[in-house]
Amino acid sequence: MSILVYIESNQNQIKKSSFESLSYAKKLSKLISLDVIAVVINCSELAPLSDFGPDKIISINEKELELFNAHNYADVISNVSKSVSAKNIIISDSINCKYLASLLSVKLNAAFVSNVVSLPNSTNPFVVKRSTFSNKAFCEIEINSEIKILSISKNSIGLNENKSEPIIINPDINFTESKLTSESIKVSEEKVSIEDADVVVSAGRGLKGPENWNIVEDLAKTLNAATACSKPVSDMGWRPHSEHVGQTGKPVSTNLYIAIGISGAIQHLAGVSSSKVKVVINNDPEAPFFKVADYGIVGDAFEVVPKLNEKLKAFQAENN
Amino acid sequence: MKILVCISCVPDTTSKINFKNNDTEFDNSQIQYIINPNDEFGLTRAIWFKENDGAEIDVVSVGLDNNDQILRKALAIGADSAFRINQEALDSFQVAKLLSAHISNNNYDLVIAGRESIDYNGGMVPGIIAEILKFNYVTNCVGLEITDSSAEIKREIEGGVETLTCKLPLIIGAQKGLVEESDLKIPNMRGIMQARQKPFEIIQGKTEETKTKTIKFEKPESNKEIKLVSPDNLDELIQYLHNEAKVI
Repeated sequence: MSILVYIESNQNQIKKSSFESLSYAKKLSKLISLDVIAVVINCSELAPLSDFGPDKIISINEKELELFNAHNYADVISNVSKSVSAKNIIISDSINCKYLASLLSVKLNAAFVSNVVSLPNSTNPFVVKRSTFSNKAFCEIEINSEIKILSISKNSIGLNENKSEPIIINPDINFTESKLTSESIKVSEEKVSIEDADVVVSAGRGLKGPENWNIVEDLAKTLNAATACSKPVSDMGWRPHSEHVGQTGKPVSTNLYIAIGISGAIQHLAGVSSSKVKVVINNDPEAPFFKVADYGIVGDAFEVVPKLNEKLKAFQAENN
Repeated sequence: MKILVCISCVPDTTSKINFKNNDTEFDNSQIQYIINPNDEFGLTRAIWFKENDGAEIDVVSVGLDNNDQILRKALAIGADSAFRINQEALDSFQVAKLLSAHISNNNYDLVIAGRESIDYNGGMVPGIIAEILKFNYVTNCVGLEITDSSAEIKREIEGGVETLTCKLPLIIGAQKGLVEESDLKIPNMRGIMQARQKPFEIIQGKTEETKTKTIKFEKPESNKEIKLVSPDNLDELIQYLHNEAKVI
């Protein structure tokens, strides 16, 4: 029996969220005394994994798995899970992980609990906390099935270094090939994605028009941040839907969230509530965002943002 | 083409969330229910297929009779028939099982569900159905075109979009971007009158099997006091972010 962690990589680089999954698994292993096994698909740079304590790494190299396909990946992970009698499967909350996990849960007759934010507060019965109501609340879930798939909310557990010397094995793998074909993938190369970013700079209607977004982008560039926006801004077509943060857009759990000219409708605040530190810049001191932020500036975004950008650049120059 | 849109009944997005009975139950007093927004994006796309390609649309929901009003709204904006599986929704697995049974009793070419509900946020119902029924499945769907029995699907990925193709049957998880916000339909009087004549069937559900149980709810801790910084003293903000919050 074991705890299996699915490790995601992008261009041979392991994703940070997978280190968090591994940190979770290692902590869980102390509670239920099972080995932690990492499964990696088509990634040769495995050394960083040993900083987070896996007992074993199952490294699969298969040309036909070069592109992510949820059906194929779920089949592979299911076969690996069965071969190591995995009782717990830990994954991140990424788009691809959640996509494959629902398929995997049926293959393994497992329960899948998403958006998990804590280690189990009891292991028999197995009870974990997850976020619900689009981050407006949390709930405790009791899992009644023998095999459990947990997807861990980004930044909820954090990274926990724990050196190990894992055995690496390269098994042969069989899977049933999916009839879903990937035709093309378009990814913006120069921009940081909201999902991967440690800092997100977000702006709302207060910016008055799409032509003014350069101040947001400049600040984001300085902070190596992703750009995001409020619902009205994406509805009006000022910014793409993929930047819309909130209840019907995407949730953001980042280290630093800077909201510029966003008043803070309840749906938007729900979407960002799990971000660690929130800064609000708004000329209206009554804006609801001031009630939930950690730091606030009451002022004109068109003056404050470029000035803040210059000050940050000077700060970075001094500290590097 | 026969389309099924699976609809979840959720609290309006502006709802304040509260709990009762010692935080073991959602407090639904003063809550307005709506079609889950992700499902509504999917329904709106289905109506486009009806208007342009003559598709036939069924809608289905798992729940008790308080779901009827949202199914009637779906009929009023363009769905042809509604089904309610008369069982309290307990967890995603049970809901997906009930929906799978309905789907396998009908020949749908395309099944549309939301990427996730905005109340439970499980994000797994369409995937579980797909695996039970061996349908092709794409979630985070932001584009869908169908020609004869072939589908071209756009799916949001981190930092971009992937285009996929497959043959029907297909199940998708819809989300924002699949249609424009301005395409969303508001029921008019004619639609509401017509909806009363449309088939509305109550089905008795057959599974009680669940894999999870919600035992307690809690609300996030209320925030500590905000620190205000003068726009003339931005260095102070940088110091806070560096020394206190340690995020830069």
